[in-house]
Formats: sequence, structure tokens, C-alpha cells
Amino acid sequence: MSRDHLQTLTDIRGLMERSTKFLSLSGLSGVSAGLVAMAGAVVAYLRLRTGWFTVLDSERYERTGRTLMTQRETLEFLLVDALAVLVLAVLAAWFFTSRKARRQGLTVWTSASRRLVWALAIPLAAAGVFCIGLVYQHAVWLVCPTMLTFYGLTLLNASRHTYRDLEYLGLCEIGLGLIALFLTGYGLLMWTLGFGILHIIYGTVMWFKYDRVTPNRVAFDTDSE
Amino acid sequence: MMNDLLSRFNKAFESKARLSIMSVLMVNDAVSFNELKELLALTDGNLATHLRSLEEQGYVLVQKQFIGRKPNTNYSATDAGKQAFTDHLNALEAFIRGSG
Repeated sequence: MSRDHLQTLTDIRGLMERSTKFLSLSGLSGVSAGLVAMAGAVVAYLRLRTGWFTVLDSERYERTGRTLMTQRETLEFLLVDALAVLVLAVLAAWFFTSRKARRQGLTVWTSASRRLVWALAIPLAAAGVFCIGLVYQHAVWLVCPTMLTFYGLTLLNASRHTYRDLEYLGLCEIGLGLIALFLTGYGLLMWTLGFGILHIIYGTVMWFKYDRVTPNRVAFDTDSE
Repeated sequence: MMNDLLSRFNKAFESKARLSIMSVLMVNDAVSFNELKELLALTDGNLATHLRSLEEQGYVLVQKQFIGRKPNTNYSATDAGKQAFTDHLNALEAFIRGSG
């Protein structure tokens, strides 16, 4: 009897969580976003012929970049590169998350996922405009720390609508963004760490924690080999 | 003692489905019929019956509207419903403590 009631309480808690939080977010979404970000960073590295530890500021372009590209060309290239990373990362994240939702027998577009998208979209849009403003004001070196810090705050905000673990990724991004603000010489490296490595670590941890144990999943199951 | 605790259980929530509906409505402002159906894995008729009975008790508020030409029905918990659900949960907890 008491056991039944305990089960009822557990069910109620589960329903409350499932109806308010979007729990189909796949760990592979994080990994793929990280890989795309790293590819984007490598492209930037190869194209700009800059060191990983180079200051990405306008002064630098005027000294060394002139022979390769003008400052305007550099900025345009970085913008296209960043947009390509954004689009590919979102597409890959969407693919893995909708696949996970399908496997769970759930729809992706619920009021919980709408709340999550909303919680992500507003701060990220603000961050985007803020970064364009920084470039416009010739403070290019501030873009990397700003992106990382705003992104961290965004994740902190969005973690209320999905797995709480997202909070830790947010805190790491904020920390990294603030470090990047003071260690300005490591722009590209910090960007790669924040959007590449941290995403991959987070995605892998989440995959092992929540995704691997779902039924019907046999791929990647090394134990059965 | 046991009977006293049991008497505080709300009859309206004896059914598992009705308790589930209320727990979803407790943490969401408004939930559509289809979302409830998916969350609780109930059939249309079953869900509609439980919702109607909760509505008659005054625990659930129904809002019908049209999105384009499609009818859309949203459900939310009334203050009385929230109070009744909380009381029921407290009684449930007391019962488990008492018999555990």
C-alpha cells in the first residue's frame, strides 16, 4: 500500500519534470557542435596564417596581415566563417536531438522545447548584436571574450528548461570568457576551448549519462563487441 | 489513525490519470489537450472524461480558442485545484511517513 503511494509520488515528480523540461536534448548535439566549432577555428587558423596564441585585434592586422589580407577582408572572412559554424552546429544539433526525441517516441516541438528555444534565442540575439557593435566600434579583440561570456549566461538561463547539467557548461563558458578578457593574446585558442573542447566534453558526458542507456541503442555499445 | 489519514485523501484524485493531469497543470501555466494526451499516454475519450470531471469539481479551467480554423483547447489548474492537489499530496506524504 505504502509502496504504491511512493510510486505515485515518483510518477508525479517525473511528470512535472517531463512536462516543463525538454529532455530530448542529445549529448551528440553537443559533440557535433564542438566538432563544427573546431573545424571553423582550424579554417580561420589556416586562412589567417596566425598563430594559435595571436592577438586577433585590428592593430595586429595592420602590422602583419596586410600582405595576406586587408583588415576588412579579414573581418568579412571571420564573419562568414562564424556564420557557417553557427548554421552547421545548429543543423547538427537539431538532427541528433530530433533523432533522440523520435527514439523516445516524443515530438520535438513541445511547449517545453519552445521555452528552451526562447531562453536561448533572446540572449544569443543580444550577444550577436553586441558583437557586431564591438566590431563596428573597432574593438575586435573584445569579441571572443564577449561571445564566451554571453554564451555562458545564455546556457545558465536555458538550463532551467532542460537538463540541469547545462548549468555547469554555462559556468565554464563564463569563466573562460572572463579569463579571455584579461588574457587577450589567446583569442582563437580561447574560442576553440570554449566552443570546441568544452562542447565535446559536455556532449560526451551527457551522452554517457542520459543517452547511452536508452533501449534500441546498440551502436557504440563497445561492451557487446 | 490510519482511517483518519485516509479520510484526508481527496476522492477526486483517486484515479491515477486525474492525479497525473493535476501534476502537469501544477507546473505549467496552460497545457493543450494534445500535449496532455502525449504526456500521459491516454486515449482521447479517456482524457476528455477525466478532464470533464476535474472541470466539474472546479479544479480545472478550460479555455477554448481557435488557431486559424483549428480548435485549440487549453487547460489550467484553478486556485482551488492547486490547493486540493497540495492537500492531497500532503496527506499522501503523511500516510507514507506513518506506515513507513
